[in-house]
Amino acid sequence: MLNTSEDIKVDDETVRMRTENLNAFFGRTQALKNITIAIPKNKVLSIIGPSGCGKSTFLRCLNRMHEEIGGTIKGEIFLGSQDIMNLDPVNLRKKIGMIFQKPNPFPTMSVSDNVTAGLRLNGFRNKKKLQEIVEENLIKAALWDEVKDNLNQPGINLSGGQQQRLCIARTLAVNPEVILMDEPCSALDPISTAKIEELIKDLKKTFTIVIVTHNMQQAARVSAYTAFLYMGQLVEYGKTLNIFTRPGKKQTEDYVAGRFG
Amino acid sequence: MISSTEEEIPNITSDAAKSSSLSGLLKPGGKNLGDFIFENTTRLFAFLVLSLVLLMAYEMFTKSLPSINRFGWSFISSSTWDPVHDQFGALPFIFGTLFSSLIGLMIALPLSVGIAIFLSELCPQWLEHPVSLLVELLAAIPSIVYGLFGIFVMTPWLRDTVEPFLGDHLGFIPLFTGPPYGFGMLAAGLILSLMILPIIASISRDVMKAIPGSLREAAFALGATKWEAIKIVLSGSKSGILGATLLGLGRAVGETMAVTMVIGNRPSISFSLFDPGHTMASVLANEFTEATSELYTSSLIEIALLLFILTIVLNAAARFIVWSVTKKYQAEY
Amino acid sequence: MASIYYYRWRRTKNHIMAALCFASALIALIPLFLIFYYTMSKGLSSINWSFFTQMPKPAGETGGGMANALIGTGILIAIGSSIGLPVGILAGIYLSAHRTTLFSRIVRFLTEVLNGIPSIVIGVVAYILVVIPMKRFSALAGGVSLGILMIPLVTRTAEEMLNLIPQSYREASLGLGISRWKTTLFVILPAAFKGIFTGILLSIARAAGETAPLLFTALGNRFWSTQLDQPIASLTVFIYDYSKAPFDDWNRQAWAAALVLIVLVMLINIIFRIVTRKRYA
Repeated sequence: MLNTSEDIKVDDETVRMRTENLNAFFGRTQALKNITIAIPKNKVLSIIGPSGCGKSTFLRCLNRMHEEIGGTIKGEIFLGSQDIMNLDPVNLRKKIGMIFQKPNPFPTMSVSDNVTAGLRLNGFRNKKKLQEIVEENLIKAALWDEVKDNLNQPGINLSGGQQQRLCIARTLAVNPEVILMDEPCSALDPISTAKIEELIKDLKKTFTIVIVTHNMQQAARVSAYTAFLYMGQLVEYGKTLNIFTRPGKKQTEDYVAGRFG
Repeated sequence: MISSTEEEIPNITSDAAKSSSLSGLLKPGGKNLGDFIFENTTRLFAFLVLSLVLLMAYEMFTKSLPSINRFGWSFISSSTWDPVHDQFGALPFIFGTLFSSLIGLMIALPLSVGIAIFLSELCPQWLEHPVSLLVELLAAIPSIVYGLFGIFVMTPWLRDTVEPFLGDHLGFIPLFTGPPYGFGMLAAGLILSLMILPIIASISRDVMKAIPGSLREAAFALGATKWEAIKIVLSGSKSGILGATLLGLGRAVGETMAVTMVIGNRPSISFSLFDPGHTMASVLANEFTEATSELYTSSLIEIALLLFILTIVLNAAARFIVWSVTKKYQAEY
Repeated sequence: MASIYYYRWRRTKNHIMAALCFASALIALIPLFLIFYYTMSKGLSSINWSFFTQMPKPAGETGGGMANALIGTGILIAIGSSIGLPVGILAGIYLSAHRTTLFSRIVRFLTEVLNGIPSIVIGVVAYILVVIPMKRFSALAGGVSLGILMIPLVTRTAEEMLNLIPQSYREASLGLGISRWKTTLFVILPAAFKGIFTGILLSIARAAGETAPLLFTALGNRFWSTQLDQPIASLTVFIYDYSKAPFDDWNRQAWAAALVLIVLVMLINIIFRIVTRKRYA
């Protein structure tokens, strides 16, 4: 059941993904209990909560990565009107991209090869088009100016913040609709963090974004909607502004005020 | 309750429509054809390794059957090795293997433990890597080169210097009786000790380094000298060192070239270090191409089978000990 | 009862034991240097261009070379690698992908067993599997024995190097919609390539140094032969034969061949250690 701090007028809000009674398990341990959440289109939804509350697990259910690490899912997850549990996960992930906590450009590939990795490894061959894609997505990821003179350098030669933007460019190149971000800035310095937050604000115009973050100020800066998870359960969900200024539940208020977490 | 309007994006749903008709057939776990082929190909080759070992055991067993059926247990107890009269008893070789390996072990073990202590507790940081490297290089030298060194450098030295000295001063001990040939058990034992020393030393060093520093600190805090602290570390490393020793022993019993080039290749049983001998490995090297009858070949293959079983038992015992030691450390530390 | 004399004795014992340990290290390393020294001094004189390019001369004549032995070892290693590398790498990929299943544990154990089997026993197996059916000694039989020897080394190296690659690359690749097998083959394997390659070099060095399994499989050949179904010469058997001969010149050639072998093996070993140490830097 959803808890909201006020009635959400979602009729004028289109929803790109939603979960219904999502339960996730690692063997016998239950990590998520009956999560029902809507992910609005072209907005940023942030997932907050203390360590171990299931935020990353939830994210990994959305692109079915949870099963890759041996987990099981019960419940429904919809992309549009399709239950993604009936789709081929490999194809699904071309539509739902993921950015990870620690930037992970492929170590044996150059900057440009990293950007096109998702396309090349799925058979895309047209060299000219690939070059255009490299430029287009590095621009979208706000990295083009910094690397355009040396696209052949190994991806891992870049700084941490640049590597993360490279990973974003790599994800954008596959042309997803939803981008999942798992604490994308927690390994970065404040300046890189600021650049990426700027990027997120820009990206949401074209993509739907779900971001897991333990930094509440970041959630407040970047997202329109927030979901607060605690011990695998959805405690509260609503407009970010409301969650932070007028939380409906005491637990939410305690967490937001820093009394635990 | 949220009411939501879901938007249909053409390509995802048409893709989805395509793949969902297919994926009705495929598990939602996401296995497509490429994954299936790749996964099962690697599984096949892993299985190949398994079947190879089983095949080896099977083939050696079946080809030894003529000899097993003819000689039974007397194969292990008889010391008559007479190809001319088709009489084969493997005791001299079993004895030779065990005796030479034991000598090698007795020389190598104290040295290896000494080296391990040196590398793990005593030597300065900058010296550790180069010395470790040199010890490990000892292991990389091919057996044939050890053999060459044995024939032309070591045995003359033994014959002209060491064995006369031992014979003159310790000749009352049966170990040191007989004419000093140079070639013989002592030569084999010495060469083997060189070859197994790196194994025992590097594993023992790793085992000792794995003991947490807090143990040593506790010893020092109680006023122990460095050596006394080392004794404590040693007692904690006992099982690991035992495992290393078994691995070294496993290597020693299987050593062929270096041994056959210095041991004299005579199938006799003698307790004197100066006398020549023969091992299971060296008789295979020497006589396999000369085996004229089927029984001869079968007896040789039976020796190979015995060697096979011996090394498996030693290696399995070593692994078991190492396994139980690491489990103990995981539980305690 | 902390008497000053007992304390002094403990101190002395401390120094004695330290000296003994240091001495062990020296004693162990002396043969290493001796071997290098003798190989160099006895073998260097026979190393010349003709040693590498000429065929062995008839018994009693001085001179000649080991050209056929060099090519023989090359061919034997090629055959061995064509067996050992595919089996080892694919099995290693499987073991790295399934770390805890019962089947993997059994295969891993048997790989270690295979590693510990004396090379002469593997020669016997190759004799049974190849020489007996073919009714002749052959390069193929020798190559098979070397291949069997290489399998556990390559398997272990492949598995260990693959395990070193952080999971996040796999996650990133899967997250892009790349299938599992493409991820393993085109993302993970290339990342582990350098380590696996040097591990392969190491197993080749080990195979090149083997003598025992070749004695009754490839046998040996005083003449030039590159045929797979005929006996073939090899560097190691060359050393063995020439070391047993009563001719001084032949003994010197044995040392020379040993020098070549040792230089090759040591070089590869040192390269291996440099490359794998860099990973920890």
